[in-house]
Amino acid sequence: MTPLLGVEEIYSAYGLSRVLFGISLEVFAGECVCLLGRNGVGKTTTIRSVMGLLRPSSGRVVWKGTNITGWAPHRVARAGIGFVPEDRRVFAELSVLENLTVAAHAARRSGRWTTDAVFELFPKLHELRNRQSGFLSGGEQQMLTIARTLMGNPELLLLDEPSEGLAPLVVDSLLEQVGELKRQGLTILLAEQGVEFSLALADRVYVLERGAIRHTGPSAELRDDPALRDRLLAL
Amino acid sequence: MTTELRTGEAVAPAGGIVRSPAAAVPLRTPLVRRIPWTLLVFIVMATVPWLGSRYDTFLAAQIVIDALFAVSLNLLLGTTGLVSFGHVAYFGVGAYVCGILMKTYGVPFVIAFPAAGLGAALFALVSGYFCVRLIKLYFAMLTLAFSQIVWAICYKWNSVTGGDQGVPEIPYPHLHWMLSLPGCGDLSIGDRFYLLALVLVAVSLAVVHRIVRSPFGRVLTTVRDNPERAAFLGINVRAYQLASFVVAGGFAGLAGALYGIFSRGVFADYVFWSKSAEVIIMAILGGMEFFWGPPVGAAALVWLNQAITDYTQYWPFVLGTILLILLFVFPGGIVGGLVAGFRLIQRVGRRRLSPRHA
Repeated sequence: MTPLLGVEEIYSAYGLSRVLFGISLEVFAGECVCLLGRNGVGKTTTIRSVMGLLRPSSGRVVWKGTNITGWAPHRVARAGIGFVPEDRRVFAELSVLENLTVAAHAARRSGRWTTDAVFELFPKLHELRNRQSGFLSGGEQQMLTIARTLMGNPELLLLDEPSEGLAPLVVDSLLEQVGELKRQGLTILLAEQGVEFSLALADRVYVLERGAIRHTGPSAELRDDPALRDRLLAL
Repeated sequence: MTTELRTGEAVAPAGGIVRSPAAAVPLRTPLVRRIPWTLLVFIVMATVPWLGSRYDTFLAAQIVIDALFAVSLNLLLGTTGLVSFGHVAYFGVGAYVCGILMKTYGVPFVIAFPAAGLGAALFALVSGYFCVRLIKLYFAMLTLAFSQIVWAICYKWNSVTGGDQGVPEIPYPHLHWMLSLPGCGDLSIGDRFYLLALVLVAVSLAVVHRIVRSPFGRVLTTVRDNPERAAFLGINVRAYQLASFVVAGGFAGLAGALYGIFSRGVFADYVFWSKSAEVIIMAILGGMEFFWGPPVGAAALVWLNQAITDYTQYWPFVLGTILLILLFVFPGGIVGGLVAGFRLIQRVGRRRLSPRHA
Protein backbone atom coordinates (compact mmCIF):
# COMPACT_ATOMS: atom_id res chain seq x y z
CA MET A 1 0.00 0.00 0.00
CA THR A 2 1.45 3.35 -0.99
CA PRO A 3 1.25 6.11 1.59
CA LEU A 4 -0.84 9.21 1.02
CA LEU A 5 2.15 11.34 1.89
CA GLY A 6 5.73 10.22 1.73
CA VAL A 7 8.65 12.34 2.89
CA GLU A 8 11.90 10.85 1.65
CA GLU A 9 15.22 11.86 3.20
CA ILE A 10 14.68 15.62 3.18
CA TYR A 11 17.33 18.11 4.21
CA SER A 12 16.10 21.64 4.77
CA ALA A 13 17.80 24.85 5.84
CA TYR A 14 16.97 28.47 6.54
CA GLY A 15 19.79 30.18 4.70
CA LEU A 16 22.96 28.81 6.22
CA SER A 17 21.45 27.27 9.31
CA ARG A 18 20.56 23.69 8.55
CA VAL A 19 17.57 22.31 10.36
CA LEU A 20 16.59 18.95 8.91
CA PHE A 21 19.02 16.11 8.42
CA GLY A 22 17.37 13.42 6.33
CA ILE A 23 13.82 13.24 7.65
CA SER A 24 11.75 10.37 6.24
CA LEU A 25 8.18 9.64 7.18
CA GLU A 26 4.99 8.18 5.82
CA VAL A 27 1.35 9.02 6.41
CA PHE A 28 -1.31 6.55 5.26
CA ALA A 29 -4.89 7.47 4.45
CA GLY A 30 -7.08 7.71 7.54
CA GLU A 31 -4.17 7.83 9.98
CA CYS A 32 -3.33 10.43 12.57
CA VAL A 33 0.44 10.73 12.78
CA CYS A 34 2.26 12.95 15.24
CA LEU A 35 5.67 14.58 15.09
CA LEU A 36 6.73 14.82 18.68
CA GLY A 37 9.66 16.70 20.08
CA ARG A 38 10.84 19.75 21.91
CA ASN A 39 11.04 23.27 20.63
CA GLY A 40 13.48 23.69 17.76
CA VAL A 41 13.91 20.07 16.71
CA GLY A 42 12.47 20.64 13.24
CA LYS A 43 8.76 19.79 13.51
CA THR A 44 7.57 23.04 11.98
CA THR A 45 10.33 22.94 9.39
CA THR A 46 9.23 19.46 8.31
CA ILE A 47 5.64 20.63 7.91
CA ARG A 48 6.67 23.78 6.05
CA SER A 49 8.79 21.65 3.72
CA VAL A 50 5.77 19.48 2.92
CA MET A 51 3.62 22.54 2.27
CA GLY A 52 6.12 24.06 -0.15
CA LEU A 53 6.78 27.07 2.06
CA LEU A 54 10.38 25.95 2.29
CA ARG A 55 12.22 24.08 -0.42
CA PRO A 56 14.27 21.12 0.82
CA SER A 57 17.86 21.19 -0.44
CA SER A 58 17.62 17.48 -1.14
CA GLY A 59 15.12 14.67 -0.76
CA ARG A 60 11.58 14.36 -2.05
CA VAL A 61 8.04 15.02 -0.92
CA VAL A 62 5.64 12.60 -2.59
CA TRP A 63 1.88 13.14 -2.52
CA LYS A 64 -0.29 10.26 -3.77
CA GLY A 65 2.57 9.01 -5.91
CA THR A 66 3.40 12.42 -7.43
CA ASN A 67 6.62 14.21 -6.62
CA ILE A 68 5.53 17.62 -5.31
CA THR A 69 8.94 18.82 -4.10
CA GLY A 70 9.37 22.48 -4.95
CA TRP A 71 5.73 23.11 -5.88
CA ALA A 72 4.39 26.55 -5.01
CA PRO A 73 2.28 26.46 -1.82
CA HIS A 74 -0.96 27.31 -3.62
CA ARG A 75 -0.52 24.28 -5.88
CA VAL A 76 0.14 22.05 -2.89
CA ALA A 77 -3.02 23.39 -1.25
CA ARG A 78 -5.09 22.77 -4.37
CA ALA A 79 -3.70 19.23 -4.56
CA GLY A 80 -5.42 18.54 -1.22
CA ILE A 81 -3.04 19.36 1.61
CA GLY A 82 -4.44 21.76 4.19
CA PHE A 83 -2.16 23.62 6.57
CA VAL A 84 -3.02 25.11 9.97
CA PRO A 85 0.00 27.19 10.98
CA GLU A 86 1.34 27.61 14.45
CA ASP A 87 0.86 31.37 14.67
CA ARG A 88 -2.83 30.78 13.81
CA ARG A 89 -3.31 34.32 12.69
CA VAL A 90 -6.55 34.95 10.90
CA PHE A 91 -7.17 37.64 8.29
CA ALA A 92 -7.94 40.15 10.99
CA GLU A 93 -9.76 42.69 8.88
CA LEU A 94 -12.25 40.19 7.47
CA SER A 95 -15.25 38.80 9.31
CA VAL A 96 -15.37 35.16 10.38
CA LEU A 97 -17.64 34.32 7.48
CA GLU A 98 -15.41 36.16 5.00
CA ASN A 99 -12.37 34.26 6.24
CA LEU A 100 -14.21 31.04 5.41
CA THR A 101 -15.54 32.09 2.01
CA VAL A 102 -12.19 33.42 0.89
CA ALA A 103 -10.60 30.07 1.75
CA ALA A 104 -13.29 28.11 -0.09
CA HIS A 105 -12.87 30.37 -3.09
CA ALA A 106 -9.08 30.00 -2.99
CA ALA A 107 -8.69 26.24 -2.82
CA ARG A 108 -11.12 25.43 -5.65
CA ARG A 109 -11.91 22.04 -4.19
CA SER A 110 -15.44 20.90 -3.52
CA GLY A 111 -16.37 18.27 -0.99
CA ARG A 112 -18.20 17.79 2.23
CA TRP A 113 -16.92 20.94 3.93
CA THR A 114 -19.22 23.88 3.45
CA THR A 115 -19.84 26.80 5.79
CA ASP A 116 -22.79 24.88 7.25
CA ALA A 117 -20.71 21.76 7.92
CA VAL A 118 -17.96 23.84 9.49
CA PHE A 119 -20.44 25.68 11.71
CA GLU A 120 -21.81 22.33 12.86
CA LEU A 121 -18.34 21.31 14.04
CA PHE A 122 -17.66 24.73 15.57
CA PRO A 123 -21.03 26.15 16.71
CA LYS A 124 -19.20 29.00 18.38
CA LEU A 125 -18.06 30.29 15.01
CA HIS A 126 -21.64 30.44 13.79
CA GLU A 127 -22.44 32.68 16.68
CA LEU A 128 -19.52 34.92 15.82
CA ARG A 129 -19.80 34.74 12.04
CA ASN A 130 -20.24 38.48 11.46
CA ARG A 131 -17.57 39.49 13.95
CA GLN A 132 -14.35 40.96 12.65
CA SER A 133 -11.99 38.06 13.21
CA GLY A 134 -9.18 40.17 14.64
CA PHE A 135 -11.28 40.54 17.76
CA LEU A 136 -11.67 36.82 18.50
CA SER A 137 -9.96 35.16 21.46
CA GLY A 138 -6.96 32.89 20.94
CA GLY A 139 -9.06 29.72 21.12
CA GLU A 140 -11.67 31.14 18.75
CA GLN A 141 -8.96 32.15 16.30
CA GLN A 142 -7.56 28.63 16.45
CA MET A 143 -11.00 27.23 15.63
CA LEU A 144 -11.35 29.66 12.76
CA THR A 145 -7.92 28.74 11.40
CA ILE A 146 -8.85 25.06 11.39
CA ALA A 147 -12.30 25.79 9.95
CA ARG A 148 -10.75 27.97 7.25
CA THR A 149 -8.41 25.18 6.22
CA LEU A 150 -11.28 22.66 6.18
CA MET A 151 -13.13 24.92 3.71
CA GLY A 152 -10.50 23.89 1.17
CA ASN A 153 -11.63 20.26 1.58
CA PRO A 154 -8.17 18.84 2.21
CA GLU A 155 -7.41 15.13 2.19
CA LEU A 156 -4.54 15.67 4.61
CA LEU A 157 -4.54 18.18 7.44
CA LEU A 158 -1.20 19.51 8.67
CA LEU A 159 -1.66 20.83 12.21
CA ASP A 160 1.29 22.73 13.60
CA GLU A 161 1.25 22.94 17.42
CA PRO A 162 -2.49 23.48 17.72
CA SER A 163 -2.50 23.44 21.53
CA GLU A 164 0.28 25.96 21.99
CA GLY A 165 -0.63 28.91 24.15
CA LEU A 166 -4.23 27.89 24.76
CA ALA A 167 -5.92 27.57 28.15
CA PRO A 168 -6.34 23.94 29.35
CA LEU A 169 -10.11 24.10 28.98
CA VAL A 170 -9.80 25.30 25.41
CA VAL A 171 -7.28 22.58 24.67
CA ASP A 172 -9.80 19.97 25.81
CA SER A 173 -12.49 21.15 23.43
CA LEU A 174 -9.93 21.42 20.64
CA LEU A 175 -8.90 17.83 21.32
CA GLU A 176 -12.51 16.81 20.99
CA GLN A 177 -12.96 18.64 17.71
CA VAL A 178 -9.79 17.30 16.11
CA GLY A 179 -10.77 13.84 17.37
CA GLU A 180 -14.09 14.26 15.60
CA LEU A 181 -12.28 15.11 12.35
CA LYS A 182 -10.21 11.97 12.76
CA ARG A 183 -13.31 9.84 13.34
CA GLN A 184 -14.76 11.23 10.16
CA GLY A 185 -11.78 9.77 8.35
CA LEU A 186 -9.60 12.82 7.76
CA THR A 187 -5.89 12.07 7.60
CA ILE A 188 -3.90 14.23 10.00
CA LEU A 189 -0.23 15.02 10.44
CA LEU A 190 0.26 16.77 13.76
CA ALA A 191 3.29 18.50 15.20
CA GLU A 192 3.21 18.81 18.98
CA GLN A 193 5.25 19.41 22.08
CA GLY A 194 2.44 18.41 24.39
CA VAL A 195 2.67 14.68 25.06
CA GLU A 196 -0.86 14.40 26.48
CA PHE A 197 -2.45 16.09 23.51
CA SER A 198 -0.58 14.12 20.88
CA LEU A 199 -0.85 10.70 22.52
CA ALA A 200 -4.59 11.18 22.92
CA LEU A 201 -4.99 11.67 19.19
CA ALA A 202 -2.20 9.96 17.30
CA ASP A 203 -2.06 6.40 15.99
CA ARG A 204 1.66 6.59 15.33
CA VAL A 205 4.40 8.95 16.43
CA TYR A 206 7.75 10.08 15.12
CA VAL A 207 9.97 11.48 17.84
CA LEU A 208 12.32 14.15 16.48
CA GLU A 209 15.60 15.26 17.91
CA ARG A 210 17.98 17.82 16.39
CA GLY A 211 16.50 17.56 12.92
CA ALA A 212 16.42 13.77 12.69
CA ILE A 213 13.99 11.04 13.63
CA ARG A 214 15.02 9.33 16.82
CA HIS A 215 12.16 6.94 17.34
CA THR A 216 9.08 5.78 15.51
CA GLY A 217 6.26 3.48 16.51
CA PRO A 218 2.63 3.25 17.54
CA SER A 219 1.63 5.84 20.11
CA ALA A 220 0.31 3.11 22.42
CA GLU A 221 3.92 2.08 23.01
CA LEU A 222 4.76 5.49 24.43
CA ARG A 223 1.51 5.72 26.30
CA ASP A 224 2.05 2.43 28.12
CA ASP A 225 5.75 2.67 28.78
CA PRO A 226 6.58 5.68 30.97
CA ALA A 227 10.25 4.71 31.00
CA LEU A 228 10.51 4.89 27.22
CA ARG A 229 8.60 8.16 27.23
CA ASP A 230 10.98 9.65 29.77
CA ARG A 231 14.00 8.46 27.86
CA LEU A 232 12.78 9.95 24.56
CA LEU A 233 11.17 13.12 25.77
CA ALA A 234 13.06 13.94 28.95
CA LEU A 235 13.02 17.69 29.35
CA MET B 1 -14.05 46.87 23.99
CA THR B 2 -15.66 43.93 22.29
CA THR B 3 -19.18 45.01 23.16
CA GLU B 4 -18.53 48.37 21.66
CA LEU B 5 -17.48 46.78 18.41
CA ARG B 6 -20.38 44.43 18.35
CA THR B 7 -23.00 47.12 18.58
CA GLY B 8 -22.50 48.40 15.06
CA GLU B 9 -23.13 45.02 13.52
CA ALA B 10 -25.99 43.79 15.70
CA VAL B 11 -25.46 40.05 15.20
CA ALA B 12 -28.46 38.60 13.46
CA PRO B 13 -30.55 36.16 15.47
CA ALA B 14 -30.19 32.55 14.46
CA GLY B 15 -32.16 29.48 15.41
CA GLY B 16 -31.03 27.69 18.53
CA ILE B 17 -28.16 30.01 19.23
CA VAL B 18 -28.09 32.05 22.40
CA ARG B 19 -27.28 35.64 21.72
CA SER B 20 -25.11 37.61 24.05
CA PRO B 21 -26.91 40.34 26.00
CA ALA B 22 -25.03 43.12 24.23
CA ALA B 23 -26.18 41.91 20.85
CA ALA B 24 -29.74 41.52 22.04
CA VAL B 25 -30.17 45.27 22.50
CA PRO B 26 -30.85 46.66 19.03
CA LEU B 27 -28.80 49.83 18.79
CA ARG B 28 -29.70 52.58 16.40
CA THR B 29 -27.25 53.21 13.62
CA PRO B 30 -25.53 56.47 14.51
CA LEU B 31 -26.90 59.53 12.72
CA VAL B 32 -23.61 60.11 10.91
CA ARG B 33 -23.86 56.70 9.32
CA ARG B 34 -27.36 57.28 8.01
CA ILE B 35 -26.54 60.38 6.02
CA PRO B 36 -25.88 59.44 2.36
CA TRP B 37 -22.51 61.19 2.28
CA THR B 38 -21.47 60.10 -1.17
CA LEU B 39 -24.69 61.37 -2.73
CA LEU B 40 -24.35 64.66 -0.87
CA VAL B 41 -20.79 65.17 -2.02
CA PHE B 42 -21.81 64.35 -5.58
CA ILE B 43 -24.64 66.89 -5.50
CA VAL B 44 -22.41 69.59 -4.03
CA MET B 45 -19.74 68.91 -6.65
CA ALA B 46 -22.35 69.00 -9.42
CA THR B 47 -23.50 72.49 -8.44
CA VAL B 48 -20.03 74.02 -8.72
CA PRO B 49 -20.48 75.33 -12.32
CA TRP B 50 -23.60 77.26 -11.24
CA LEU B 51 -22.57 78.42 -7.79
CA GLY B 52 -18.81 78.79 -8.16
CA SER B 53 -16.52 80.84 -10.35
CA ARG B 54 -14.84 79.54 -13.47
CA TYR B 55 -11.74 79.03 -11.40
CA ASP B 56 -13.68 76.95 -8.87
CA THR B 57 -14.87 74.68 -11.69
CA PHE B 58 -11.27 74.37 -12.86
CA LEU B 59 -10.15 73.28 -9.38
CA ALA B 60 -13.12 70.94 -8.97
CA ALA B 61 -12.32 69.22 -12.28
CA GLN B 62 -8.74 68.71 -11.18
CA ILE B 63 -9.87 67.29 -7.84
CA VAL B 64 -12.36 64.92 -9.46
CA ILE B 65 -9.83 63.54 -11.95
CA ASP B 66 -7.07 63.24 -9.34
CA ALA B 67 -9.54 61.48 -7.04
CA LEU B 68 -10.02 58.69 -9.58
CA PHE B 69 -6.26 58.49 -10.17
CA ALA B 70 -5.60 58.25 -6.42
CA VAL B 71 -8.33 55.64 -5.89
CA SER B 72 -6.86 53.51 -8.68
CA LEU B 73 -3.45 53.70 -6.99
CA ASN B 74 -4.99 52.79 -3.65
CA LEU B 75 -6.31 49.56 -5.12
CA LEU B 76 -2.62 48.59 -5.18
CA LEU B 77 -1.40 50.49 -2.13
CA GLY B 78 -4.22 50.07 0.39
CA THR B 79 -6.07 46.99 -0.83
CA THR B 80 -3.33 44.74 -2.22
CA GLY B 81 -0.36 46.09 -0.30
CA LEU B 82 1.78 46.83 -3.35
CA VAL B 83 3.76 50.07 -3.38
CA SER B 84 3.97 51.29 -6.96
CA PHE B 85 6.33 54.18 -7.72
CA GLY B 86 5.34 54.20 -11.37
CA HIS B 87 1.58 54.47 -11.39
CA VAL B 88 1.73 57.58 -13.56
CA ALA B 89 2.77 55.39 -16.51
CA TYR B 90 -0.80 54.05 -16.83
CA PHE B 91 -2.29 57.49 -16.32
CA GLY B 92 0.00 58.69 -19.11
CA VAL B 93 -0.76 55.81 -21.47
CA GLY B 94 -4.48 56.53 -21.01
CA ALA B 95 -3.97 60.24 -21.67
CA TYR B 96 -1.92 59.62 -24.81
CA VAL B 97 -4.22 56.89 -26.17
CA CYS B 98 -7.31 59.06 -25.75
CA GLY B 99 -5.56 62.23 -26.95
CA ILE B 100 -4.00 60.69 -30.04
CA LEU B 101 -7.19 58.87 -30.99
CA MET B 102 -9.28 62.04 -30.73
CA LYS B 103 -6.81 64.53 -32.18
CA THR B 104 -4.95 62.56 -34.85
CA TYR B 105 -7.62 60.06 -35.90
CA GLY B 106 -10.78 61.98 -35.07
CA VAL B 107 -12.21 59.10 -33.05
CA PRO B 108 -15.22 60.16 -30.93
CA PHE B 109 -14.86 60.34 -27.16
CA VAL B 110 -17.31 57.47 -26.57
CA ILE B 111 -14.77 55.13 -28.14
CA ALA B 112 -11.52 56.90 -27.22
CA PHE B 113 -12.35 56.98 -23.49
CA PRO B 114 -12.85 53.22 -22.97
CA ALA B 115 -9.95 52.60 -25.36
CA ALA B 116 -7.72 54.62 -23.03
CA GLY B 117 -8.70 52.41 -20.10
CA LEU B 118 -8.17 49.25 -22.12
CA GLY B 119 -4.82 50.44 -23.48
CA ALA B 120 -3.57 51.29 -20.02
CA ALA B 121 -4.82 47.96 -18.63
CA LEU B 122 -3.09 46.09 -21.44
CA PHE B 123 0.17 47.87 -20.76
CA ALA B 124 -0.29 47.14 -17.05
CA LEU B 125 -0.69 43.47 -17.92
CA VAL B 126 2.65 43.41 -19.74
CA SER B 127 4.65 45.44 -17.21
CA GLY B 128 2.84 43.91 -14.23
CA TYR B 129 3.75 40.42 -15.44
CA PHE B 130 7.36 41.28 -14.64
CA CYS B 131 6.77 43.52 -11.62
CA VAL B 132 4.81 41.00 -9.51
CA ARG B 133 7.73 38.60 -9.78
CA LEU B 134 9.61 40.88 -7.42
CA ILE B 135 8.69 41.93 -3.90
CA LYS B 136 8.65 45.10 -1.84
CA LEU B 137 11.35 47.62 -2.74
CA TYR B 138 12.35 45.66 -5.87
CA PHE B 139 8.74 45.72 -7.02
CA ALA B 140 8.62 49.48 -6.44
CA MET B 141 11.88 50.03 -8.34
CA LEU B 142 10.70 48.00 -11.31
CA THR B 143 7.43 49.94 -11.52
CA LEU B 144 9.50 53.13 -11.48
CA ALA B 145 11.72 51.75 -14.24
CA PHE B 146 8.70 50.98 -16.44
CA SER B 147 7.27 54.43 -15.90
CA GLN B 148 10.57 56.02 -16.91
CA ILE B 149 10.59 53.88 -20.06
CA VAL B 150 7.12 55.19 -20.87
CA TRP B 151 8.29 58.73 -20.24
CA ALA B 152 11.30 58.26 -22.51
CA ILE B 153 9.10 56.90 -25.31
CA CYS B 154 6.62 59.76 -24.96
CA TYR B 155 9.45 62.28 -24.94
CA LYS B 156 11.33 60.91 -27.96
CA TRP B 157 8.79 59.29 -30.31
CA ASN B 158 8.08 62.52 -32.19
CA SER B 159 5.96 61.08 -34.97
CA VAL B 160 3.33 59.66 -32.63
CA THR B 161 3.47 61.45 -29.30
CA GLY B 162 4.74 64.78 -30.57
CA GLY B 163 7.83 64.42 -28.38
CA ASP B 164 8.59 67.58 -26.44
CA GLN B 165 5.62 69.36 -28.06
CA GLY B 166 3.16 66.72 -26.86
CA VAL B 167 -0.32 66.41 -28.31
CA PRO B 168 -1.84 69.90 -28.03
CA GLU B 169 -5.39 71.05 -28.60
CA ILE B 170 -7.24 67.83 -28.03
CA PRO B 171 -10.86 68.53 -29.02
CA TYR B 172 -13.58 68.47 -26.38
CA PRO B 173 -16.16 65.70 -26.73
CA HIS B 174 -19.46 66.75 -28.36
CA LEU B 175 -21.53 68.05 -25.51
CA HIS B 176 -23.96 70.35 -27.32
CA TRP B 177 -26.85 68.19 -26.23
CA MET B 178 -26.30 69.31 -22.66
CA LEU B 179 -27.32 72.86 -23.59
CA SER B 180 -30.85 71.74 -24.27
CA LEU B 181 -31.24 70.38 -20.74
CA PRO B 182 -33.20 72.66 -18.39
CA GLY B 183 -30.96 75.12 -16.58
CA CYS B 184 -27.88 74.19 -18.61
CA GLY B 185 -28.38 76.71 -21.43
CA ASP B 186 -25.52 79.01 -20.50
CA LEU B 187 -22.88 76.49 -19.44
CA SER B 188 -19.48 76.89 -21.09
CA ILE B 189 -17.84 73.92 -22.77
CA GLY B 190 -15.44 73.68 -19.83
CA ASP B 191 -18.38 73.46 -17.43
CA ARG B 192 -20.05 70.81 -19.54
CA PHE B 193 -16.90 68.74 -19.72
CA TYR B 194 -16.52 69.06 -15.97
CA LEU B 195 -20.01 67.63 -15.47
CA LEU B 196 -19.26 64.76 -17.85
CA ALA B 197 -16.00 64.03 -16.00
CA LEU B 198 -17.82 64.17 -12.67
CA VAL B 199 -20.35 61.56 -13.80
CA LEU B 200 -17.72 59.30 -15.36
CA VAL B 201 -15.54 59.48 -12.25
CA ALA B 202 -18.53 58.79 -9.98
CA VAL B 203 -19.40 55.70 -12.01
CA SER B 204 -15.77 54.55 -12.00
CA LEU B 205 -15.50 55.03 -8.24
CA ALA B 206 -18.68 53.03 -7.74
CA VAL B 207 -17.21 50.21 -9.82
CA VAL B 208 -13.91 50.25 -7.89
CA HIS B 209 -15.87 50.27 -4.64
CA ARG B 210 -17.78 47.19 -5.78
CA ILE B 211 -14.52 45.48 -6.74
CA VAL B 212 -12.96 46.17 -3.32
CA ARG B 213 -16.03 44.76 -1.53
CA SER B 214 -16.35 41.71 -3.82
CA PRO B 215 -14.89 38.26 -3.02
CA PHE B 216 -12.09 39.16 -5.42
CA GLY B 217 -11.35 42.26 -3.34
CA ARG B 218 -11.42 40.21 -0.15
CA VAL B 219 -8.79 37.89 -1.58
CA LEU B 220 -6.64 40.95 -2.38
CA THR B 221 -6.92 41.96 1.28
CA THR B 222 -5.68 38.55 2.39
CA VAL B 223 -2.77 38.83 -0.03
CA ARG B 224 -1.90 42.21 1.50
CA ASP B 225 -2.23 40.94 5.09
CA ASN B 226 -0.02 37.92 4.62
CA PRO B 227 0.98 36.60 1.19
CA GLU B 228 2.34 33.36 2.64
CA ARG B 229 -0.84 32.53 4.51
CA ALA B 230 -2.88 33.35 1.41
CA ALA B 231 -0.67 31.03 -0.64
CA PHE B 232 -1.09 27.96 1.56
CA LEU B 233 -4.85 28.39 1.44
CA GLY B 234 -4.55 27.90 -2.30
CA ILE B 235 -4.45 31.51 -3.50
CA ASN B 236 -2.15 32.13 -6.43
CA VAL B 237 -0.66 35.29 -4.96
CA ARG B 238 1.08 36.53 -8.10
CA ALA B 239 -1.99 36.03 -10.26
CA TYR B 240 -4.11 38.12 -7.88
CA GLN B 241 -1.44 40.79 -7.61
CA LEU B 242 -1.27 40.96 -11.39
CA ALA B 243 -5.06 41.18 -11.67
CA SER B 244 -5.08 44.04 -9.17
CA PHE B 245 -2.27 45.74 -11.09
CA VAL B 246 -4.22 45.51 -14.35
CA VAL B 247 -7.47 46.86 -12.87
CA ALA B 248 -5.59 49.70 -11.14
CA GLY B 249 -3.78 50.50 -14.39
CA GLY B 250 -7.05 50.56 -16.35
CA PHE B 251 -8.71 53.05 -14.01
CA ALA B 252 -5.56 55.20 -13.95
CA GLY B 253 -5.82 55.22 -17.76
CA LEU B 254 -9.40 56.49 -17.58
CA ALA B 255 -8.30 59.27 -15.23
CA GLY B 256 -5.48 60.13 -17.63
CA ALA B 257 -7.88 60.31 -20.58
CA LEU B 258 -10.03 62.84 -18.73
CA TYR B 259 -6.98 64.81 -17.65
CA GLY B 260 -5.67 65.14 -21.20
CA ILE B 261 -8.91 66.70 -22.40
CA PHE B 262 -9.28 68.81 -19.27
CA SER B 263 -5.85 70.38 -19.69
CA ARG B 264 -6.32 70.74 -23.46
CA GLY B 265 -3.30 68.62 -24.34
CA VAL B 266 -1.06 65.72 -23.36
CA PHE B 267 2.60 66.33 -22.67
CA ALA B 268 5.54 64.15 -21.65
CA ASP B 269 5.59 65.98 -18.29
CA TYR B 270 2.42 64.14 -17.29
CA VAL B 271 4.30 60.85 -17.34
CA PHE B 272 7.27 62.05 -15.33
CA TRP B 273 7.93 60.12 -12.12
CA SER B 274 7.27 63.06 -9.80
CA LYS B 275 3.59 62.70 -10.64
CA SER B 276 3.71 59.15 -9.24
CA ALA B 277 5.03 60.57 -6.01
CA GLU B 278 2.24 63.14 -5.99
CA VAL B 279 -0.46 60.50 -6.22
CA ILE B 280 1.16 58.46 -3.43
CA ILE B 281 1.12 61.63 -1.30
CA MET B 282 -2.60 62.06 -2.06
CA ALA B 283 -3.35 58.52 -0.90
CA ILE B 284 -1.31 58.83 2.29
CA LEU B 285 -2.53 62.35 3.05
CA GLY B 286 -6.15 61.24 2.80
CA GLY B 287 -5.67 57.84 4.43
CA MET B 288 -4.96 54.73 2.41
CA GLU B 289 -6.82 52.42 4.79
CA PHE B 290 -10.09 54.02 3.76
CA PHE B 291 -11.82 53.92 0.41
CA TRP B 292 -12.57 57.65 0.60
CA GLY B 293 -9.11 58.52 1.90
CA PRO B 294 -7.41 59.07 -1.47
CA PRO B 295 -10.20 61.32 -2.89
CA VAL B 296 -10.05 63.42 0.27
CA GLY B 297 -6.28 63.53 -0.10
CA ALA B 298 -6.62 64.61 -3.74
CA ALA B 299 -8.98 67.42 -2.75
CA ALA B 300 -6.71 68.51 0.09
CA LEU B 301 -3.60 68.52 -2.10
CA VAL B 302 -5.19 70.47 -4.95
CA TRP B 303 -6.75 72.97 -2.60
CA LEU B 304 -3.61 73.38 -0.46
CA ASN B 305 -1.48 73.84 -3.53
CA GLN B 306 -3.73 76.63 -4.75
CA ALA B 307 -4.19 78.26 -1.33
CA ILE B 308 -0.53 78.21 -0.37
CA THR B 309 0.91 79.38 -3.66
CA ASP B 310 -1.16 82.54 -3.12
CA TYR B 311 1.08 83.38 -0.17
CA THR B 312 4.44 81.84 -0.86
CA GLN B 313 6.38 80.27 -3.65
CA TYR B 314 7.82 77.69 -1.27
CA TRP B 315 4.87 75.33 -1.70
CA PRO B 316 6.92 72.11 -1.51
CA PHE B 317 8.36 73.28 1.81
CA VAL B 318 4.90 73.80 3.27
CA LEU B 319 3.65 70.49 1.84
CA GLY B 320 6.63 68.66 3.34
CA THR B 321 5.93 70.19 6.75
CA ILE B 322 2.24 69.28 6.57
CA LEU B 323 3.08 65.70 5.62
CA LEU B 324 5.62 65.43 8.41
CA ILE B 325 3.12 66.58 11.05
CA LEU B 326 0.36 64.41 9.60
CA LEU B 327 2.45 61.24 9.52
CA PHE B 328 3.37 61.68 13.17
CA VAL B 329 0.04 62.89 14.56
CA PHE B 330 -2.44 61.12 12.28
CA PRO B 331 -0.80 58.09 10.69
CA GLY B 332 -4.23 57.20 9.26
CA GLY B 333 -4.30 60.37 7.17
CA ILE B 334 -7.06 62.99 7.17
CA VAL B 335 -9.88 60.44 7.09
CA GLY B 336 -8.13 58.32 9.73
CA GLY B 337 -7.79 61.41 11.93
CA LEU B 338 -11.47 62.30 11.47
CA VAL B 339 -12.58 58.76 12.30
CA ALA B 340 -10.38 58.67 15.40
CA GLY B 341 -11.70 62.06 16.50
CA PHE B 342 -15.28 61.00 15.96
CA ARG B 343 -14.78 57.81 17.99
CA LEU B 344 -13.22 59.84 20.80
CA ILE B 345 -16.26 62.16 20.95
CA GLN B 346 -18.53 59.12 20.95
CA ARG B 347 -16.64 57.47 23.77
CA VAL B 348 -16.61 60.62 25.92
CA GLY B 349 -20.33 61.03 25.30
CA ARG B 350 -21.03 57.47 26.30
CA ARG B 351 -18.96 57.77 29.46
CA ARG B 352 -20.96 60.82 30.48
CA LEU B 353 -24.20 58.94 29.96
CA SER B 354 -23.23 55.67 31.60
CA PRO B 355 -23.57 56.61 35.33
CA ARG B 356 -27.21 57.45 34.81
CA HIS B 357 -27.89 54.28 32.87
CA ALA B 358 -25.91 51.95 35.09
